Amino acid sequence: MKRSKTMEFGVGLFMVAGILGLVFLGLRVSGLTLSAPTQSFKLEANFANIGSLKPRARVTMAGVTVGRVEAIELDTQWFDARVVLILNSELEGQLSKDSIASILTAGLLGEQYIGLSVGGDPEVLENGDTIRDTQSALVLEELIQQFVSNMASN
Amino acid sequence: MQSKFSNSTARITQLGRRGCDLMEALGRAGVFLFQSAIGVPSREGWRLWLHQMHFVGVLSIAIVLVSGLFIGMVLALQGYTILVDFGAEQALGQMVALSLLRELAPVVAALLFAGRAGSALTAEIGLMKATEQLTSMEMIGVDPLRRVVAPRLWAGFVSLPILTVGFSVVGIWGGYLVGVEWLGVFEGSYWSNMQASVTFINDIGNGMIKSAVFALVVTWIAVFQGYDLVPTSEGISRATTRTVVYSSLAVLGLDFVLTAIMFGGL
Repeated sequence: MKRSKTMEFGVGLFMVAGILGLVFLGLRVSGLTLSAPTQSFKLEANFANIGSLKPRARVTMAGVTVGRVEAIELDTQWFDARVVLILNSELEGQLSKDSIASILTAGLLGEQYIGLSVGGDPEVLENGDTIRDTQSALVLEELIQQFVSNMASN
Repeated sequence: MQSKFSNSTARITQLGRRGCDLMEALGRAGVFLFQSAIGVPSREGWRLWLHQMHFVGVLSIAIVLVSGLFIGMVLALQGYTILVDFGAEQALGQMVALSLLRELAPVVAALLFAGRAGSALTAEIGLMKATEQLTSMEMIGVDPLRRVVAPRLWAGFVSLPILTVGFSVVGIWGGYLVGVEWLGVFEGSYWSNMQASVTFINDIGNGMIKSAVFALVVTWIAVFQGYDLVPTSEGISRATTRTVVYSSLAVLGLDFVLTAIMFGGL
């Protein structure tokens, strides 16, 4: 009987370890977060070209991660890309209306992310507002094309 | 002339008989799986299942975790030497995690499981058959499929996915040990690149589906080979070998099919 009890305990431990392992994989490896959605606020920004920006990409300010990209879709009115950003709630009512959102690249081959920099307007961005001032992604082909056409015209 | 003709007919007859045998074996295996998997387990059934979980799952932990640790460490070492040429050693965590979760953990854990638990299941059931324990059970009105086979089938089906999770966790930790602690990849980029690229549904979820499929196939092959063998000592040794060979081939072949469906956009 005693041996059977230790065996049952071992099997229970084994299954709990499996569940804990799955939780570890979810939280630590795939980066699922359990934070409540109320602790963030939403901004939108239109970009002429997003390059290879992906949903879930980082949004940074002075290099510090302050949020992530929630969704990217085509704006059929202007035919540019509408990017929805989710930012930490501590920034709500802090960003001035003329803040700039630009798409930057981490390193030469790295992933693309959004950098925010504040302007000087006393009016601030509220939940759901749109950032007017944006800089598109740097597309290498366009850059080379410009360089070549400059060379040709000179 | 006459003998040559009869020789070739004999050969064709043999080929046909082989085909019929194969089909019969497949049919027996299918009916066997169906008969043992259905039915609500009684209280006694739960106890038997628990006993098999201990034998099949808990006692396989050591070999699976140690292999996972070494495979994670080797992945980090190999990945680092390749990635450092491109100055992209920050992507090490992503490489280790994705290759473990999508491929290596389900496949290697299933192969180890076939060797460690599958062969033992075949030998155990085979010896029961050779010593006519299964027949005696039938004589006293106990269904050996429910009593002997079903608990082993379910225990294998439940425990291999758990072992696969353990394999991944330990492998990622092994990659961390080598990549971060030894080779000096920045710790933050190891985890953050991993979190940015691994998705729960696509990577972890698909890995778990693979693992569940492998668990079913490996355990099914193991118990069926044990149940269906020729009850002699030679028959047991052949069936044990067949279990390991068939389940390894089935796992590797199915892995290609599943990968093609999940990631190849088939």
